[in-house]
Amino acid sequence: MDGVTAEVETALAQAFREEWGQVVATLIRITGDWDLAEECAQDAFALALRHWPRDGIPRRPGAWLTTAAHRRAIDRLRREAVGQAKLREVAAMVQPPRPGGGGDDSGVPDDRLRLMFTCCHPALALEAQVALTLRTLAGLTTAEIARALLVGEQTMSKRLTRAKQKIRYARIPYRVPPAHLLPERTPAVLSVLYLLFNEGYSATAGADLLRRELSSEAIRLARILAWLMPDEPEAVGLLSLMLLHDARRETRMNEAGDLVTLEEQDRARWDGAGIAEGTALLDGALRRGRPGQFQVQAAIAACHATATDAADTDWAQIAALYGRLASLAPSPVVELNRAVAVGMADGPAAGLEIVDALAASGALTGYHLLAASRADLLRRLGRRAEAADAYREALRLAATDTERRYLSRRLAETAANS
Amino acid sequence: MKYMLLICGDESAAAHADDGCGGWTEEMQERGILRGGAGLRPPTEATTVRVRGDQVLLSDGPFAETKEQVGGFCLIECADLDEAIEVTAKHPAAGYGTIEIRPLWTA
Repeated sequence: MDGVTAEVETALAQAFREEWGQVVATLIRITGDWDLAEECAQDAFALALRHWPRDGIPRRPGAWLTTAAHRRAIDRLRREAVGQAKLREVAAMVQPPRPGGGGDDSGVPDDRLRLMFTCCHPALALEAQVALTLRTLAGLTTAEIARALLVGEQTMSKRLTRAKQKIRYARIPYRVPPAHLLPERTPAVLSVLYLLFNEGYSATAGADLLRRELSSEAIRLARILAWLMPDEPEAVGLLSLMLLHDARRETRMNEAGDLVTLEEQDRARWDGAGIAEGTALLDGALRRGRPGQFQVQAAIAACHATATDAADTDWAQIAALYGRLASLAPSPVVELNRAVAVGMADGPAAGLEIVDALAASGALTGYHLLAASRADLLRRLGRRAEAADAYREALRLAATDTERRYLSRRLAETAANS
Repeated sequence: MKYMLLICGDESAAAHADDGCGGWTEEMQERGILRGGAGLRPPTEATTVRVRGDQVLLSDGPFAETKEQVGGFCLIECADLDEAIEVTAKHPAAGYGTIEIRPLWTA
C-alpha cells in the first residue's frame, strides 16, 4: 500500500463511521452553509489521508478532523471574499460545545440521535428530511440514498439540492429541537433509522453485503428512541422489526458468502433470544391499538421468525398483513411483497397476476427484485424459458455480488431443468 | 430575515374579516417583528392585469379561481424560519385559514 499503512486506513474508516456526522454538524452550526460544511468535512478526511501516515494517528481523531474542517471553511470563505463580518464570526467560533454538553432541552440522551432530530426539520418534506439526514449525518452517497428510496440518482440529487436551497433561502436554523417538538420529527427519524438498518443488513452496493455496524448502530439508536418514547408504538415497532430481522442474520449467508433464502435457512441457528425480545416488544406495541407501518412489518417478520419450518409459515396471514401495510403506507415494493406472499398462499398464478400488473404499471422498472420475483413465480409455474429470461434481467439489475451469485445459481438451475 | 405571510382562506374565512387580530398585531409590533400588512377586500372585487404586446388585458376576479384565496398579508422580520413559524402559529387566522410563509427575495 503506497505510503498509507493499513493502520491509518482502518483508523480513517472508523473515524468516518463515528465522526463524519459530528464533523459536518459542527461545520453547519459554524457556517450555516450545508454544502460548505460537507465539502470541508470531505477536505478534512482527504487531509487526514496525507497527514496521518506521516504524523501518526491523532489521539482524538474527531477533534483533529473538526479543526481541519473549520480551517478549510475559513480558507474557502476568505477565497470567496465573503464579508469581513461573516469571516470574523466563523473564525471566532472555536469548537462549539458538543451537543452532549447539555446546552439544549431536547432530553435526547445521545449525540447522534440528537443530530438526527436536528436535521429532520418539519418545514422540509418528509423524504427530504430523511435523505438529507442520511447524506449529512450518516455519510451515505447520493446513489445509495437514491437506491434505498427507490428513485433515480439524478432525481435524488435534485431533491437534495432543493432541500438545501430552502434551508439557505428560507433560513431554516440548525438547532436541536426542545422536547415538545420531537413528536413531529419522529416519523422522519424512524425512517432514517430503518433505512440505515436496511443499508447495513443488505448493503445496496458493492461486495460488502453485511455492513454489520450500520445495522447494530441503528438498533442501538432505535433502543434509545423506544426507551425515550414509550408512548410511541411505532418506535417500539421499529425496534421489534430490527431485532426480528437481525435474529436471522447469521443464517442469511453460507460460508462461501452466498445468499441463503428464508426457506433454506437453518432455523436452529436463529437467535431465539432476539426473536423472543422482538415478539414481546411487538405484543406490547400492538396492545396500544395504534398500528403503523413498522408494527405491521414487525408482525410480518414475527410470522416468519416463529414458524417452526418453512412449510409451517402462515402465508395467508402474511398476505393479509401486506394488504394492511399497503393501506397504511402504499408503495409498489409493498405490493411486490404482497404478490410473493399471495403466490405462496394461493399459488404462483395468483402471485404472478399481481406482479404482472405491477410490471405493467412501470412503477418498479429497473428494480431487480421485481424481475427476480417474477422469475421465481414463472419457474414454479414450469414456464422455464420465461423464468430464465427474467432471471437474466434480474442479474443485470442486481447491485451486490452476493445477489448476483444467488441469481446466477437460480438461472443455472432453471436452464438445466428446461 | 424578512418573510411575507400570505393569509389564505375559503369563503367561510370572510366571516372573520372584522375580528381583528386579538392582540397579535400589538405583540408583534412590540417585539419589533411586524413590518407591515393589511387585510384585503374579497376577490370578487379584484381586477387582474396582464400586458401582452402593447395590449393591456383586464379581467374581473382573482388570477386563479381556487377555493382558497389570499385575504391579507403581513411583512415580518425574524431571526430565522423557526421564529417565523412561532409568530405565524400565533396569528388568529391560522386557526381558521391557512398561512403561507414566503421568504423575501434578497440581494
